[in-house]
Amino acid sequence: MNWIKSIRRRPVAHNKDKAKDIPDNIWDTCPGCSGMLYHAEVEKSHFICPHCGHHFRLAPLKRLDMLFDDGQYTLIQLPKTADDPLAFHDLKKYADRLKEARKKTKNQDAFIAAHGKIGGHSVVVGAFDFSFMGGSMGCAVGEAIVTAVQLALLQEAALILVPASGGARMQEGILSLMQMARTSVAVDKLKKRRLPYIVVLTDPTTGGVTASFAMLGDLTLAEPGATIGFAGSRVIEQTIREKLPPNFQKSDYLLEHGMIDAVVPRSELRGTLIQALGLLMPSRKG
Amino acid sequence: MHYLDFESAIQEIDRKIDDLKSKASLDGGDVADELERLNRKLGHHIRLAYHRLTPWQKALVARHEGRPHTSDYIKALFADFLPLRGDRAYAEDRAVIGGFARFGGRTLMVIGHEKGHDTETRLAHNFGMAKPEGYRKAVRLMKLAEQYRVPVVTLVDTSGAFPGMEGEERGQGYAIAACTDACLNLRVPVVSVIIGEGGSGGAIALAAGNRVLMLEHSIYSVISPEGCASILWKDGKFASKAAEALCFTAQDLLKLRVIDDIIPEPVGGAHRFAAEAMEAVRAALQKHLADWDKATPDALVHQRQEKFLDMTRLGAAE
Ligand SMILES: [Zn+2]
Repeated sequence: MNWIKSIRRRPVAHNKDKAKDIPDNIWDTCPGCSGMLYHAEVEKSHFICPHCGHHFRLAPLKRLDMLFDDGQYTLIQLPKTADDPLAFHDLKKYADRLKEARKKTKNQDAFIAAHGKIGGHSVVVGAFDFSFMGGSMGCAVGEAIVTAVQLALLQEAALILVPASGGARMQEGILSLMQMARTSVAVDKLKKRRLPYIVVLTDPTTGGVTASFAMLGDLTLAEPGATIGFAGSRVIEQTIREKLPPNFQKSDYLLEHGMIDAVVPRSELRGTLIQALGLLMPSRKG
Repeated sequence: MHYLDFESAIQEIDRKIDDLKSKASLDGGDVADELERLNRKLGHHIRLAYHRLTPWQKALVARHEGRPHTSDYIKALFADFLPLRGDRAYAEDRAVIGGFARFGGRTLMVIGHEKGHDTETRLAHNFGMAKPEGYRKAVRLMKLAEQYRVPVVTLVDTSGAFPGMEGEERGQGYAIAACTDACLNLRVPVVSVIIGEGGSGGAIALAAGNRVLMLEHSIYSVISPEGCASILWKDGKFASKAAEALCFTAQDLLKLRVIDDIIPEPVGGAHRFAAEAMEAVRAALQKHLADWDKATPDALVHQRQEKFLDMTRLGAAE
């Protein structure tokens, strides 16, 4: 198969005219401290609020730009899967929801993957796009993860997955549930070959994604302040009929409860990954 | 007997039969002919109601309180059951029960969700909603089965994993992921049967088998129809619509190649004819276990993993 979709190099300078096209986006309001932030400033500081450290949700391409050496990488062509396999419709047709999400995100589905170098190590990175139907995992995302694993095996590369997902995609019914098993089988193949499998949990990671490949990393990191859990907090509040503690299901809470290895600020993420890759695949550098 | 809302005609005839019997026992009259007529009518109405259940009706049947549960199957089909308890880390979670037992002359491991059958047991078993320790116990039992090289039979019957604070504190996500993963990597045969409700991640953790079978009126879904309706229709009242859309019946899943076989239920459902339904499960288990008797551990893992990998892939397995 043809793996290459396109080769990308991080843009050196930001397009100054862009702000004129979208005047609403000059200023961002920080969800952490409600401060008004100049968009260009936020973009320069890894999309972290300079006042309170809030980590803004990151578009997947921006994530890749940030992680790879020199911001250079090759986007992987991801296989086609059945669109709307159940001909699902609720108040809206799933086919229409898909069309809208594709138009909005310019993405085929909620996941992109790329191959390149991080600290000189050969790495495949897969990142979720939360703005595509809440980053939900259906057949396309499952197949994309399986494909990312195949490429990692082929290249003897490490795999880094960056989930941001509300869980399984309801509109694909049981077929999305099966992705939990499929992605588990896939990442197990890396383990058998002793290729590192690293997960970077970002805001939010919940449901069937948390209950499958996202918690099976050899190394599991999380961004500060990310919501990570299995059950939604609203569902839990309904069950127990009381308010939950403020840091419930936040990355610090997961660290305290032994569910992850470290909470790593975005500005230090690349460094931490380089350190880990250096320890886990020293002989494979080059 | 608890009657479902589409069983009102059946309920009416059942009531007439009971009246007739008690009247006859009082006055000693001969009611044989009338009884036969009513029984024929009853059979007709049961066939009529169960001939083509809607997905929503199937959900009701799958959750029927009288439907045999894991503990009933263990009593009826497995001899010398030796219950194993606890996860060796935190607690005993009775939402998942299991242990060694004898089946068809061989030792095997049986593990299943248990919902309980009355208020007391339902509370004790947490309505079949397992917490992390339940999945950890399941992993422990699977590994034990592997150690003794005996097959694993899993019986799936849960509305889902427990959605609560304690579950999150103790790693519900990881526990489910690890259990699914253990099931997928087991070096002994795994045959899974969805006996009632297969609810989401809490179900697949025990259902990643070499063979996955479903009872005719069981359901297996990514989300409950009520949950789906409240999210996508913004109102839980549309549950029957969501049930149609989710394609969660055994018949749908066989078509989608997610399961391997359907175990027929007696007309009228497993809750009405529990003994017959359980015998059908016995026969299916015997058949499907026998298929793996000669398989090597490598072949078992390979078949199971490739089966799941091939699912939902375009052009796979055609
Ligand atoms: Zn802020």
